[in-house]
Amino acid sequence: MTRQQLLDLYFMDARSKLIDLAAFMDRLDRGEGEADFRLKAFRQALKELDRKEPQRAKRVLLSLSDHTTKPIAKATTKAASGAYYKLE
Amino acid sequence: MRYIESHGHMVSRVTDDYVDMAMAGCQAVCEPAFWAGFDRSSVQGFYDYFCQLTEHEPKRAAKFGLRHFTWLCINPKESEDMKLADEVLAIIPKFLDRPTVLGIGEIGLNKNSRNELKVLERHIDLAARHDQLILVHTPHLEDKLKGTRLIIDALKGDKRIQRERVIIDHVEEHTVKLVLDAGFWAGMTLYPESKCSPARAIDIVEVYGAERIWMNSACDWGVSVPLAVPKTALEMRKRGHSVEAIDKLVYQNPLKFMRQCPKFDLV
Repeated sequence: MTRQQLLDLYFMDARSKLIDLAAFMDRLDRGEGEADFRLKAFRQALKELDRKEPQRAKRVLLSLSDHTTKPIAKATTKAASGAYYKLE
Repeated sequence: MRYIESHGHMVSRVTDDYVDMAMAGCQAVCEPAFWAGFDRSSVQGFYDYFCQLTEHEPKRAAKFGLRHFTWLCINPKESEDMKLADEVLAIIPKFLDRPTVLGIGEIGLNKNSRNELKVLERHIDLAARHDQLILVHTPHLEDKLKGTRLIIDALKGDKRIQRERVIIDHVEEHTVKLVLDAGFWAGMTLYPESKCSPARAIDIVEVYGAERIWMNSACDWGVSVPLAVPKTALEMRKRGHSVEAIDKLVYQNPLKFMRQCPKFDLV
């Protein structure tokens, strides 16, 4: 497809998601208390969007991923949080 | 349009979903065993679940002209309890000869723990000993990359496993190449909030090609869309993909993989 066709097909959807992202960050600003590790990871991943290189979706996913290689000792929860919590 | 729902947890869905799927062109639905949303208290719970998957659910689907097939295992979310896992692994062979069982699945990892990995290796051994196809679940979100790597290593570590007889599901942009380059099949799951959106799934096909890859809804008791596959087919039409290309992805590819099990018959 041409860029023009892709814009015709996806611009309004992407625009809507972009505004949702902005509103989410405004909402966080208005919130009280400390944010957890997810906000830092989110802001880090956002930087990938503005880089003029391909595979942005892959890089965002990698940015939010656990890059360790050994199995953990025991699963203490079944859920995933969406961002890897790195022990500082 | 015809399609195969290659991964749907129909025990969690209402009968109206079968009606909608049949009307949308679904020819067959394949249901891997999975976590019920709560931990089962004993092996007897799994026995009953396997009976539901192999006896009751095919009859429910048949009322709407749909073939129903299944995969059996203990899900990685319940694999931390090794005693229970071993008990469940011991009853699975009793079900493998049933006419709608395609193989072992969806096995894999959830939080990438040592016990999950041990249970995965035991499932792989079970599949190898009984010459079964394998369907693998990869972990969610931040755990997917690491889990996919561990799963690929575990599968490669068993030399009896033929890679073309294994599908590694729930791939995304950061894992699809790992899976395809290793010679396995790759599944893309179409979810509203996680895994792949229809647009992203089509991006992946456009970038990595349509060989050894399929799409599924993985509809279950959570936020999911039973008609996600035909909706994505519609999106492919909007993007200019041919009818033949769509048919390959949503019908021919799952047919090609699952026909490796002689029990997979759409007649």
